[in-house]
Amino acid sequence: MNELFNRVIPCLLLQDGGLVKTSRFRRPRYVGDPINAIRIFNDKYVDELVLLDIQASRTGSDPDYDLIARIAGECFMPLCYGGGIRSLDQARRLVASGVEKIAVNSPAIDNPGLIAELSQEFGASSVVAAIDVKRGLLGRERVYHPGRRRSTALDPLRHAQDLVARGAGEVFLNSVDRDGSYSGFDLGLIARMSGAVSVPVIACGGASKLADMRAAIDAGASAAAAGSIFVFYGPHRAVLISYPDYSSVQELFR
Amino acid sequence: MIVIVDYGVGNVASVLNMLRKVGAKARVSGSAADVAASDKLILPGIGHFGHGMRKLAESGLVPSLREQALVQRKPILGICLGMQMMTRGSEESGVAGLGWLDAFTRRFSESPGRRVPHMGWNSVRPAAGARLFDHQAPEPERFYFVHSYFVQMADPADTAAICRYGDEFTAAFEHDNLFGVQFHPEKSHLFGMNVLRRFASA
Repeated sequence: MNELFNRVIPCLLLQDGGLVKTSRFRRPRYVGDPINAIRIFNDKYVDELVLLDIQASRTGSDPDYDLIARIAGECFMPLCYGGGIRSLDQARRLVASGVEKIAVNSPAIDNPGLIAELSQEFGASSVVAAIDVKRGLLGRERVYHPGRRRSTALDPLRHAQDLVARGAGEVFLNSVDRDGSYSGFDLGLIARMSGAVSVPVIACGGASKLADMRAAIDAGASAAAAGSIFVFYGPHRAVLISYPDYSSVQELFR
Repeated sequence: MIVIVDYGVGNVASVLNMLRKVGAKARVSGSAADVAASDKLILPGIGHFGHGMRKLAESGLVPSLREQALVQRKPILGICLGMQMMTRGSEESGVAGLGWLDAFTRRFSESPGRRVPHMGWNSVRPAAGARLFDHQAPEPERFYFVHSYFVQMADPADTAAICRYGDEFTAAFEHDNLFGVQFHPEKSHLFGMNVLRRFASA
């Protein structure tokens, strides 16, 4: 819909209470304090933030409720949180602390019924199916299980359709192979996913410049997310939390 | 004092922070005494209509809120589900709404090019005289929406702002002291702050 503004979304990764950035889901590098980053993104009138606790996903620990509540209270933009949510009660606490959207990844692989539970309570609009996709040796796309840190036998499109049928209102599609790679989005995957589901798709993984975001939208995504380009700067990838001016984001989709 | 009604649903922290940011005196409370002592009220909410109505009923605040809304006629702003709950009911649930004004909450039909939920930033067109919007804005004010249902007014004159998502729908209503916004001002940075500032000074 051309009247709906497309979103350019910083995707922040949380680990041990700090922000990190990974490459191909490995080698987390510390990039700063989350509250400080949120304030910078507030001042830049950022459309939306995605915050993923990669530690909670991996270790199965609880979300850091206090920190998330502080972050959400600082956010004057919608916040989507994912990481460590395995139950309705956990999601309730997060929503009560100001999180707009709940992203579920590994637990939706293990227990797809969780999506239906969350959707029943919060409405589909607040439930995001986060799906990581990794290509196998033969190039076949499979759903990656971030908790177990390995690929599953699931087909990404079918998995997404299943979760949408159960009540997910949005798909956050991340490419493991492109994460932190600066090689551009996986446009083919984005196009196929956008065609396979009736809900908005947020594309993530591989952005190296703003023009890549436009390409993801043109491929069918409703929004484009990125990590590296909003936390690193320059050829040596020095840490710098930044976001383009409001007008240049507007210009991008004109 | 603006009281943000806490009935266990919705993101009250960001509403409170944004009100404070625009210099309004505000607090979050689930007590009937605070509701009665307020100058203005905000009814927040996200999620499922039936769940929201049940939680509101469990809070025991419905009679007090009705008194403030319909007898004391204090300014009340419903946000998202809060707006929808002020209507007679919703296609999302068999549970009756508060029914403070003649309106009903309907579901968006899915159609080619229109994905439901309507999720993201969208611009609105204010009706003449609508008190929460900027009528001299150089470009349309934009807000963040997350919803699958929208409010349909029995009297089109109650519509305070229109948004287009495939078809036009009511993005905000205004009926005497009753205000509702379908979008989330507390998540609409600059534009949302302006709406809350106008409500605080209305």
